[in-house]
Amino acid sequence: MTSTLSPPLVDDHVVDPVAENAAGERPPVEVFGIRHHGPGSARSLLAALKEYQPDVVLIEGPADADALLGWVLAEGMTPPLALLGYAPDHPQTAAFWPYAVFSPEWQAMTFALERGVEVAFCDLPASAMLARWGRSSPQDNHDDLEEPADAADEAPPALPNEQQDPLAVLAEAAGYDDPERWWDDLVESRQDSSSPFPMITDAMAELRMIMNQGRDAGREARREAYMRQKIREALKRGRQRVAVVCGAWHAPVLRWPLPPAAADVRTLRGAPRRKITLTWVPWTHQRLASATGYGAGVASPGWYHHLWITPDQPIVRWLAKVAQALRVRDLPVSSAHVIEAVRLAETLASLRGRPLAGLAEVTEATRSVLCDGDELAVRYVTDHLVVGQALGSVNDGVPTVPLEADLVRTCRSLRIRRDPQVRFHDLDLRRPIDQARSQLFHRLRLLDLRWIMPADSAVQSQGTFRETWQSRWEPEYSVAIVEASVWGTTVASAATARVHKIIEQGSLVELTQAVERCLLADLPRALDGLLATLADKAALDADVVHLMDALPALARAQRYGDVRQTDTRALRKVSEVLVVRIRAGLRQAVASLDATNAATMRRRIDDVNTAIGLLTESASDPEQSASMTQPELRARWLGTLATMIDRTDVHGLLVGRIVRLLLDAEQLSDVPVRLHRALSAGVPAADKAAWVDGFFADGALLLIHDAELRSLLDDWIRQLEDSEFVDMLPLLRRTFGTFATAERQAIAERIAVGAEDLDRQRPEEIDLELPAAALATVDLILGGPHD
Amino acid sequence: MTNPIRTATQPLRPHAEQAYEAELEALRAADDRPRPPHWRLSPWAVVTYLMGGVLADGTAISPKYIGSRRLIEVAVATLATDRALLLLGVPGTAKSWVSEHLAAAISDDSTLMIQGTSGTAEEAIRYGWNYARLLAEGPSRQALVPSPVMVAMERGSIARIEELTRIPAEVQDALIMILSEKTLPIPELGLQTQALRGFNVIATANDRDKGINELSSALRRRFNTVVMPLPDSEDDEVNIVTTRVADLSSSLELPEVPTAVDEIRRVVTVFRELRSGVTADGRTKLKSPTGSLSTAEAISVITSGIALSAHFGDGHLRPADVAAGMVGAVVKDPIADRVAWSEYLEVVAREREGWSEFYSACREVS
Repeated sequence: MTSTLSPPLVDDHVVDPVAENAAGERPPVEVFGIRHHGPGSARSLLAALKEYQPDVVLIEGPADADALLGWVLAEGMTPPLALLGYAPDHPQTAAFWPYAVFSPEWQAMTFALERGVEVAFCDLPASAMLARWGRSSPQDNHDDLEEPADAADEAPPALPNEQQDPLAVLAEAAGYDDPERWWDDLVESRQDSSSPFPMITDAMAELRMIMNQGRDAGREARREAYMRQKIREALKRGRQRVAVVCGAWHAPVLRWPLPPAAADVRTLRGAPRRKITLTWVPWTHQRLASATGYGAGVASPGWYHHLWITPDQPIVRWLAKVAQALRVRDLPVSSAHVIEAVRLAETLASLRGRPLAGLAEVTEATRSVLCDGDELAVRYVTDHLVVGQALGSVNDGVPTVPLEADLVRTCRSLRIRRDPQVRFHDLDLRRPIDQARSQLFHRLRLLDLRWIMPADSAVQSQGTFRETWQSRWEPEYSVAIVEASVWGTTVASAATARVHKIIEQGSLVELTQAVERCLLADLPRALDGLLATLADKAALDADVVHLMDALPALARAQRYGDVRQTDTRALRKVSEVLVVRIRAGLRQAVASLDATNAATMRRRIDDVNTAIGLLTESASDPEQSASMTQPELRARWLGTLATMIDRTDVHGLLVGRIVRLLLDAEQLSDVPVRLHRALSAGVPAADKAAWVDGFFADGALLLIHDAELRSLLDDWIRQLEDSEFVDMLPLLRRTFGTFATAERQAIAERIAVGAEDLDRQRPEEIDLELPAAALATVDLILGGPHD
Repeated sequence: MTNPIRTATQPLRPHAEQAYEAELEALRAADDRPRPPHWRLSPWAVVTYLMGGVLADGTAISPKYIGSRRLIEVAVATLATDRALLLLGVPGTAKSWVSEHLAAAISDDSTLMIQGTSGTAEEAIRYGWNYARLLAEGPSRQALVPSPVMVAMERGSIARIEELTRIPAEVQDALIMILSEKTLPIPELGLQTQALRGFNVIATANDRDKGINELSSALRRRFNTVVMPLPDSEDDEVNIVTTRVADLSSSLELPEVPTAVDEIRRVVTVFRELRSGVTADGRTKLKSPTGSLSTAEAISVITSGIALSAHFGDGHLRPADVAAGMVGAVVKDPIADRVAWSEYLEVVAREREGWSEFYSACREVS
C-alpha cells in the first residue's frame, strides 16, 4: 500500500517550468468534473480522455488504494465493486467507495490500464479519512457502517450540505423543477460526444462563489488540498498531460493553473492517521440505489447500466426488457403494447421539450400502457429493472482477510454462491456434501453472519436428517466477515473462538444451547471445554429450573450427534448428572406454586420427560459404559415423579399431569381411583378443573379408547350441581377446547352410544389366520428368525 | 371570478369552453407550437390550460387541475398518439373534470359526451334511428341519429365517455372496432364513417365501485391508463377546495361570503384524517368510514355551508354551517360510519385546540 499522507512538498516555482515546456496549447492539467455513477458522464469522459491522450490519470479516490488498481483488469473482476477500507484493529471503522461499470471512475481506470497509462487515486488516503471519523465515534455499533460510506463518498457532486444542493441551484437557473432531470438532459442522456466538461467546471465555479462550504468545510478543504498536491507531484515527475477525474464540485479548484502550494501544505500538516487495510469487495445495484440509504447513490442504477451497455435504441430495448419482465410475472404484454409504450414515451419527451425520452417518460409509459395503471406492477419493474439485481465479483487473488479467503474457498467446494436474491437450501444430512454445508451454515450462525439463516419449510418435518436454510447476500456482510475475522483465520477456528467466549461468560442455558450448536457445526475442540464448564456450572447452579431448561437442548444434541456420527458419550454423562440433580431438586421446585407457575413447571416436566425419552432411545450403543443403564435412569425419574402425586402442597395441574405421565409409562395401576378421588365432592371446583386440565391436556386418544376412564369422567360431570357446572364450564372448556374437532366428536359419540353398546364394539377374538401371510412377509423383511 | 354580465338566463353550469372562453382565446393567440390535425391548441398549450400559468402577453391562466403536472402530460401525450385515454380513480378525484377540460382545450367542445349507465345501449355509442323518418322514408342518412362518438369521428374531435365501467360489457365491446379501426360501419346504408384525424376518446372509470363491469383486455389494450390520485398534500387539497368553492359560489350566485380558509382547512383535515385512518400527526389511529371522502365531497360540504350561512346565518362561514354537511358526507353507512364519526369527534375533535365550537356543532347535529 503506497500510503503517503503528505505528498512531497512541491513548490509552485518548480512546477512553472514544466508548464512552459508543456506541448501544444493544451494546459498540462485537464480536469474532468464528473457525476459519480453517471453513464452519460462516463461516455463523455471516455471521449474526452481519448482525445486528450493523458500520460497520467488521477482519479478521486483514496490515495492509499493505488496498489488495488492493478486488480481492475484481472479476470473475474466484475463491477459493481467497492473499495473497502477498514481499520484492522477495529473493523467497524470502515468505508466504501463503490463503482459500477458505468461509473466514470471505473471507466477511467480501465481506460488507463488498458493503454498502459499511469493511473492513481488522488483523494485523501483512507488512513486519514477514517482516522478522523474513528476518533470521533469509537463505539462499535452497527449504524457506524453507514456513516463512513456517506462521509467518504459524497453525493454527486460532493455536496457541502443537504440544505444547499448545488445541482438544484443550477437546475433552477436552467428552468428545471427536478435537478436529476436537468443533469440527465445535460449530461447523462447525451448522444453526441462534444465535451461538456469545461461548461460544467465553469458552472460549478460560479456555484462555489455563491454557496458556502457548510459544516464539512475543513474536511473538504483538506481533500482538495491533497488532490492539488498529487497533481503537483505528478507534474514534478515530468508528466505533461495530467487528466484529473473528480466529482464536478471539486473541478474548479483543481484547474490549471494551480495556486501556490504553501497554503495546501499548511492545510495538510499534522492530520491524524491510523492503519487502514483496503481491498475490493463485490457490491450490488441495490446498494448503489439511494433508496437503500447510500448517500452518493443514484436512484436507477439498472437504468444507467442499460444506457451504458446499449449501443442504440435505448428506449425500445428498455421497454422490450420491461415487457419481458412483466411476462415472467404472467402479465399479458404484447408487442403492440411495447409499440404503444414507445410512442407514448417519445410523445411525452417531445411534449416536455426533452431531446430524448428519459427514465421518467419510460416509467410513465410503462405505468400507463404496459401496467394499466397498476402501481404494484410498476414497483416490480422498478425493483427488478430500474434498480436491478446485479452483484459484482472479485478476482480470487485480491488481498483480503484470511477468514474471507477461507470462506470463499469453502463456499466454492460446497458450491454455494453469494446471491443477492433470497435462496433456499434444502439439505439432506445423509449426503456428505449437505452435511458439510450444514456444518458451515451452523458455524456462520455462531459467528453472527446473517447471510444464511434457518428457514421453515415443508421438508423439515420429514425427518431429523432434513434442514432448510435461507440465504441472501448483502454487500455489508463483507464488513461483517472482516469484523468476525478477529476471532480466527478460518471459519472453524473463528467459530471455536466464539464458543470459548460463551464458555467464559454464558449462563447454563446459553451453554447447553452452545453445545447443541457446536455439535451441529461440528466443532469438537470447542465441545470439550464446553462440556467441562457445563458440568461445573450444573453442579454450582442451585436452581433446578435452570437445569430443567438446560436438559432438553442436551438431549437433542445427543440425538443429533448420533445422526451426524459425532461422539456423544461425554454428552450423555453430563445429561445423566443433570437428571440426577433435577431429581434431587424437583421436590422443592414443585411445592406451593400458583396457577401460572404451575403451568410453566408442567411444561418443564414434560420437556424433561421427553428429553429422558430421547436419551433412552439413543442407548443402543454397546460401548456405553455409563454408571446407569437407560431403563434405570428412566425408572428413577418416574420414581421421583411418583413421590409427588400424594402430596397436598403440589398444584392440581401438576398432579394431574404427573399421574398422566405415570399412566403412560404404565407405572400406576390405580388411575381410575385417583381420578375419582381428585374429582370427588371434597375437592374445590377450581382444583378439579386444574387436575383435569393437567391430565388430559395433550391427548384425546386416552379418552376415546379407555371406556372406564371415560365413564368416570362422564359420571363426574353428571353429578355436578347446576351452579358447580357453570363454575366449571370455563375451565373444562379450556382443556377440551384444545382437542381437535374430530377427537371431540369421537368422544361425544362414544358417550352417546352408552355403556351397553360399547360391549358390542369390543373387538372380536383376533383371527390370526387372516393376516398370517402379511405377517410372514414383514418377518422376512425384518430378517427375524424363521420357524 | 364574478361576471357582472351574468343574468338569470345563464345556464346553471356553463360548459368548460364557455366558462373559460377568454383563457382559451388567449392561449390560441399565444400558441405558436405545432398542433396535431384538428387540435385547437398544441399539446403544450393544453397542458398549460390545465395546469395554469402566465402567458407571454400577461394573461393569467387559472389552474384547472391542481396536482401532478406529469399526470396531465401523460394524458395529453396519450391523446396526441391517437391512443384512447382512460382516467381511472375513486369517485371525486377530478376524472370527469379533467376529461371535460381536455376536450374543451383540444376540440373546443366538451359536449360530445356519453354518460355510461347500466342502461346504456349500443345505439348510444354507435348510432340510432329516427323511427318516424325510418318508417316514412326507409333507411337513409337523414333517418340516422348519430351518437356523440360518431359525431366526434366525423369532426375529428374528442368524444367523452363517462363511467365506462358502468356500461354493460357487451355494449362496451362496440368501442373496440371504433378504437382499433377508427371506422364505424353502417351496414343498413352500406356506408361507413371513417374518423378524421384528431378523433379520440377520453373515458373515465371507477375500478372499485359496486356494480361495475370489468373492461375486457381487448378493450383495455386500446386505452392508456392514467390513475387519478387523491391529493398528495393538505395544502394542495385546501387549494383545490378554495378554488372550486369560489368558482361554484359565483356561478350559483350565492351571496358573497368571506372565504373562510380556516373552515376549509378544517374540513380538509377531517377528510384527510378519516380517509387515511390516522391523525395528521400520526399519533392516533382512527376508523375509516366506508365513503370515499373525496375532495369533491369536501367541496360540496363547504358550498352548502356557504349557502347556509348566507341565507340563514350571519354571512360568515361558521363551524355550525359546515357541521350538517359534514355529518352527511362522513356517515354513509348508518351504523359503522356513525361509530367512526363519533369516535373521531370524541377522540380527536374534542381535544384539538380551537375546535370546540366545531365539536359542539357536530355533536348537535350528529
